[in-house]
Parts: sequence; structure tokens; C-alpha cells
Amino acid sequence: MPIRRDDRDRYVEVELRRGEEPLWLRCGSCGELVFRRKLQENNYICPRCGAYFFLTAQERIAALVDEGTFQELTLPLESDDPLSFSDRKPYADRLKEARESTGLSDAVVIGVGNIAGHRVMLAVMDFRFIGGSMGIVVGEQLAFAMERAAEERIPFVFVVASGGARVQEGVLSLLQMAKTVAARQKLAQAGVPYIAVLTYPSTGGVMASLASLADITLAEQGALIGFAGPRVIQQTTGEKLPPGFQRARYALEHGLVDGVVPREGLREELVRVLQVLEGVTSGG
Amino acid sequence: MADERTIRALEEKVAELRRLVEEDGVDLREELALLERRLQALRRELYESLSDWDRVRLARHPGRPRGLELVKRVCEDFYELRGDRMGGDDPALRGGLARLGGRPVAVLFHHRGCSPEEQRACRGGMALPAGYRKAARIMHIAERLRLPLVTFIDTPGAYPGVEAEAANIAGAIAECIATMLSLSVPTVAAILGEGGSGGAIALAAADRVLMLENATYTVISPEGAAAILWKDAAAAPQAAEALALSAPRLLELGVIDEVIPEPLGGAHVDPDATAQAIRDAVIRHVSELEGLALDERRKLRYSRYRNAGNCGVKAKAD
Repeated sequence: MPIRRDDRDRYVEVELRRGEEPLWLRCGSCGELVFRRKLQENNYICPRCGAYFFLTAQERIAALVDEGTFQELTLPLESDDPLSFSDRKPYADRLKEARESTGLSDAVVIGVGNIAGHRVMLAVMDFRFIGGSMGIVVGEQLAFAMERAAEERIPFVFVVASGGARVQEGVLSLLQMAKTVAARQKLAQAGVPYIAVLTYPSTGGVMASLASLADITLAEQGALIGFAGPRVIQQTTGEKLPPGFQRARYALEHGLVDGVVPREGLREELVRVLQVLEGVTSGG
Repeated sequence: MADERTIRALEEKVAELRRLVEEDGVDLREELALLERRLQALRRELYESLSDWDRVRLARHPGRPRGLELVKRVCEDFYELRGDRMGGDDPALRGGLARLGGRPVAVLFHHRGCSPEEQRACRGGMALPAGYRKAARIMHIAERLRLPLVTFIDTPGAYPGVEAEAANIAGAIAECIATMLSLSVPTVAAILGEGGSGGAIALAAADRVLMLENATYTVISPEGAAAILWKDAAAAPQAAEALALSAPRLLELGVIDEVIPEPLGGAHVDPDATAQAIRDAVIRHVSELEGLALDERRKLRYSRYRNAGNCGVKAKAD
């Protein structure tokens, strides 16, 4: 993971933490060694330079829901490597490594929990799992979560951290865009609100489908939001990228999101949204 | 081993001989027949054992008939509608009304451009948000007027540019997928050349998806996959194989419903015959869909996409 400092937006790419949980973590931006618990208390924001560390799905969930209320509903599914895909490394090996290092079965965790007493269905992506890419399992979990939210008439909150569709499952990944969009219509039919929270990164196939179709769309400060990645744009068009391009504030200025929220204020912002919508699903 | 250059050379020789026979009355009919047989055999040898990478190259062949050329041959009376009504019109994604098999339909298609100037204006078939918003507008027209929607896909992908991002290309694609899935009219998509990632599925979330024999449909270009996963641009042929982007592989995977055969040598060898084959297939699928009750059609479409790819998951091993 390259490390880059962006003064404008404070959000930097930081070395992903893998495997065992060390007591001390080094900030990839300023190099400061931070005590793990201190970092946790500080929403995984470097106390010295303000850089945002990547959050695992579990950490994100813990930061958003009322303590002890989260009930995981992630379906016990795994990718079966339908194309028997292999590049320099077999996809089956990549999956195995990702499962072992994250303890997850794929790149999203779903479940119900309370946010300041408001019961919601949460789907939270985990960037550590093959770049948060959406393959069939991710599509399936998201569709299931939306169908359950529609049935239970509770708001759906989707926290995005994804580079896009998973290359190793080919067109079957592309089809998950249609799958999640189809399931999203179940929410609309039930009159159930859908709130998207875009974090770093929210790009590619996930952004060109479900993540762009929320009723309310919030961006975490510094999030990368777009379709094509900056490198692809530069290589294909030779265009010079404007400062802050595809970052949260740029997205706000171009009308792509309803608000930009610093990480430490995200839970409160969701509470405000849930509060204003209180009663919307009880009309029957 | 047959290669395209040998075939080209032979084609030129056959053409020259034919000119001699026709114009100067030279009696070389036997030689001509012999050469033509040899040419056919070479073509068969080459095109019946195509690798996925060969198909990628055929799908991108500069002589392959373009969207507008094919649509004009497949449909009658194409009447173009222009503009997204939000400040833009995109020549790379076009559409309008047409007649197909004696009845009105709405059509949408990517267009790569024919002349060099047009190709530049169309950015090689990479559409902008304005194109996808126009597409969604035409989908709504299809719904209001109860017209079956037929889409023709040929794009390397949506345009990756600063302006496209600023105008929310991702959202425009998402909106297209959502609109197409919500229609009550029959929808048929035909992938004619390149079906490149999000820019393709924006028009391909249909009741039926057909593909020309040498078209491709993929989540990422083989070059892109090679760069990201192999860290080597030269691995594109391997990536093409691994991505399962060819029509026969996608038929096996249940992603598409039918492979439309191309003339030996590819669609560019005989655009009229290609268009006729597309026309027959599309008309057949539209009529089949119209034979289904609306509820049935909706249910089938939902389950098609709701279960997409489920052959590729298994219960977690504990």
C-alpha cells in the first residue's frame, strides 16, 4: 500500500494491519508510533498528524453501533472460484490468505444493530479482503441484507470500502452490480431508507451500482469517490488531475454526496439522519 | 498454420483473378475455384480454433461494423433521439425509435464512429454521463409507450476522464442499470463487439442477453487485468483466457442466452449477413418475451439477476 500525505483532506493510505494485533502501530503518514488502545479511543485517527487509519469492518461497526447491540447475519458462504482463475498466483490461494489474515469469509460483514437506539441493517465492507472487491459472495450478502431490511422495515446502512468489482470472478462479478441494484428496489418498494457512507476508497463497480443509489449519501472526510481510478484516467486521457480530485470535498462540490463528515462525527451524523426519518417505515 | 496475413494475401489474389475472369474474360475459372477452396479451408482452420485473445482482436477489428451501421441494417426506419435534457448529448451512446419485424421498438447502442473525426468525437465508443442519462431517458420513453427495448453493446468501457467523473459517471451508470431492471416492457441486449465492464452492463441488464460469436464481455480489459494482476502488459492474452470473456464460455456459465454466429472470418467479412443473424435472433427473443405474462417476465428477470453467479459460491467449510 503506497503511503501518501494529503494535507487538504487528512485521509492518507496507511499500511494495512495484518495478522496478529500488535500493541503499537506506526502511522504510515508521520511515522509516529501509537499505542493501539489510544488509537482505538481516537477513532483510528493518528493523534499526531490526523491521518486516518483504514478500519476493519469490525472496527467500523464498533465505532457506529451502540455497544453490544450488533448481531452478525453474514451468510456462511465462500467463493468457489467459478472460473478457476489464476494469474501469477491462483485465486484460490489469494482467497485462502485473505480469509486467514482477516478472519472473514469475504469482503463484507452484515448484521443488525442499534445506532442510538435506532435499529438498522448494516453492511460494512472490509478493504483488507482483496481490496474490498465485490464478487459473487459480496453481492449475495448485500442482496440478502437489503431483502432482510425490507422485510423487517429497518433502514439499510451501507459502509463502502471497495476498489470495485472482483477481477478474478470475471463477468460474474460484473453481474453483482445488477444483483445489488435489483435487491435495492426491494427497499424502495417497502419504503425503507437506504443510507450510504462512502469511505476510502469507493470506486469502480460498487460505485457504479449500489453505492450510487442511496437515498442519503454521506462521505467520510478524505474518502476517494469515483468510477475510474486516478491512474487509469491519467494513463487513458493524459489529463492533469485537479487538486483534491475524487476526494470527499470534490464529490460534495460536484453534487455527488449530501455531506462530508469527519470520522469522529460519523455516528452522530447517522443519528441525525435516522432521527429525522423516525417513523418513515412504520406507516405500513 | 493459417494466419491472418496469409489469408489476406490469398484474398487479394482471389480478387485479382476474379477481376481478370470478369473484366477481361480470361478463362481462369478452375484456378479461381481452387484458390477459393483453399481460402475457405484456411479461414476455417484459422477461425474455428480461435483463442480468446484472437476473439478480443476480432471484436476490436478496425473493419468490424460499427453500432450505427449495424442498427441501420438490423432495424428499419431508425429515428434518432438526441440529448439527455440536462445539458448534453453524447455521440458515443445513441438511441431512438425504430421498427423491427414490423413493429415499433426503442433502441440504444454504443457507437465507436466510422470516419476518423467521428471516432475522435465518439472517443472510440467510450460514453460520457450524458450518454448514459440519454439512455435512461430513452428507457423511460420505451416504458411509457410500451415499446420493447433493444440494446446493442460495443464499448471498451465508460470514458475515464476528469469531466466524466465530475459529472458522476458512476451514478449515471447505476441509474441506467436500475431503470433497465425496473421496466415492464421486454428487454433484449445484444453484445456486438466489446462489452467493457460498467459501460456495458449499463445497457445489458436485460431479460435476454445475446452475443455475437466473436464479441467479448468482461469485467476489465485483458490489458487492465494483465497490468493489475500479472504486473506485465504482455500477459494480456493469458488474462483474456483467464477472464472467460468469450461468447462460448459465457454461454456455458449461463451469463448469456445465445451466441449469434458470425460469418467465417468475422462480422467485417459480411456485415449484411451479420446484421441478418442479429435481426433474426433479436426478433425471436422479443416475441418469446412478449408471449410471457408481465408478472412472469418480471419474476424471471428478478431471479436472473438476484441469483447471478450463484453457481460460484459454496457453503463455508468449518
